[in-house]
Amino acid sequence: MSAARTPDDTRTVLDAAEITRALTRVAHEIVERAKGADDLVLLGIPTRGVFLAQRVAERIRAIEDREVPVGALDITMYRDDLRRAPARALLPTEIPPGGIDDKVVVLVDDVLYSGRTIRAALDAINDIGRPRAVQLAVLVDRGHRELPIRADYVGKNIPTSKSEKVHVLVAEHDGEDAVRISGHANGEDQ
Amino acid sequence: MKRHLLSAADLDRDDALLVLDTAAELAQLTDRAVKKLPTLRGRTVVNLFFEDSTRTRISFEAAAKRLSADVINFSAKGSSVSKGESLKDTALTLEAMGADAVVIRHHASGAPHRLAHSGWIQGSVVNAGDGTHEHPTQSLLDAFTMRRHLAGGKGDLEGRKITIVGDVLHSRVARSNVLLLATLGAEVTLVAPPTLLPVGVETWPCATSYDFDAHLKDADAVMMLRVQRERMNAAFFPSAREYSRRYGLDARRMAQMPDHAIVMHPGPMNRGMEIAAEVADAPRSVIVEQVANGVSVRMAVLYLLLGGATLGDGTEA
Repeated sequence: MSAARTPDDTRTVLDAAEITRALTRVAHEIVERAKGADDLVLLGIPTRGVFLAQRVAERIRAIEDREVPVGALDITMYRDDLRRAPARALLPTEIPPGGIDDKVVVLVDDVLYSGRTIRAALDAINDIGRPRAVQLAVLVDRGHRELPIRADYVGKNIPTSKSEKVHVLVAEHDGEDAVRISGHANGEDQ
Repeated sequence: MKRHLLSAADLDRDDALLVLDTAAELAQLTDRAVKKLPTLRGRTVVNLFFEDSTRTRISFEAAAKRLSADVINFSAKGSSVSKGESLKDTALTLEAMGADAVVIRHHASGAPHRLAHSGWIQGSVVNAGDGTHEHPTQSLLDAFTMRRHLAGGKGDLEGRKITIVGDVLHSRVARSNVLLLATLGAEVTLVAPPTLLPVGVETWPCATSYDFDAHLKDADAVMMLRVQRERMNAAFFPSAREYSRRYGLDARRMAQMPDHAIVMHPGPMNRGMEIAAEVADAPRSVIVEQVANGVSVRMAVLYLLLGGATLGDGTEA
């Protein structure tokens, strides 16, 4: 791998330019699959998914010259592990004014891992409205699914070990754009 | 958050803001097609009401149901309590039924505290009003309503001037509000005749006054308290008419308030006594909104107490 290793064993797998290219490609794929952008709604999963969704919407605007509604969907109240930790603070949910009924909703998240977050998001969508279709776009798919869920649009597939951690940084929230992995690739089960 | 909510003093600034921010997110549910979240599925909330209440009980019931909890309503009338059952035996019965939270209203001050710290039950205890002591969720919904109108729905109430008027002596709402609003940085003035201010009020984190008219011009919110005739066994003021003239909020007094100031009342109102009908129905009156906000705030409290892992007694997260 050409990935640069830093002393604390954190390596960068995507830099800012690569993230930009990945999101641009995802935007093109979304438009192609939707045959335009007529009834698309992008829903980002807080925190970083919302910023990624806004960026994808900007790219679609550049490609198709039309606005795509962007919202945020907090899935905290739908998590299956709520009772494993003290009650969590809620993150903002903002559904665009047009709603999601009969729209093509594209969920946007930073990392796809167990699939449990997306399961929760599907339940949340079910309570908000009835979209014509729901699709999933992620910046990184790191594998290790625990549920029968797959992404429709993937920025980059990054095979990982379960003992590793994937950190997605976005400029709007973290001051820089990068995807990094920390931990030992062969340190399975610690 | 602590495991129980017994007093507004149980909440430090961060806890209080967490409840208000959570309630703000949950308030969006009102506009949704499905006004329900699955979060407390399989948990049981018991409403244990030893005293009459309409809005608080319904509000807690709606809040628990919107979070998918199972709700058992228990009112003293028509239960074994009227046959002489003690609080302890009632509590043991609820524990045997697997109550995860008990929302209690009791005519005796301190009953929720007894229930929480006696070891009779394992679940969380939420004080829904005890005697003349406290009513913490009412103060949370009042703070939530004030924050919406006076602070753009965010942050605390630093420097906001709140005038609370009326029967402070018998009011658990006033006590909880003074504690919570002080925690959130507001400046509270209690206005009442000397006979309706409790002994020791000078140790509360607020100012007191006997002169209502002096505290209208700079008020951001005026909260009227109900004259609690059922708790009055002595003559606290000469006549209803005199009380109303000196401490009632009528149109003339409302006109002296700043344009942005809101009128609040915890209900139930005695129209014509502490508040004139035209004031209660005025555009700046937020009394009906307080009721709606009560459901969101109580959902937030139930979620934060019950939604996460069960903690040991006294453990803070």
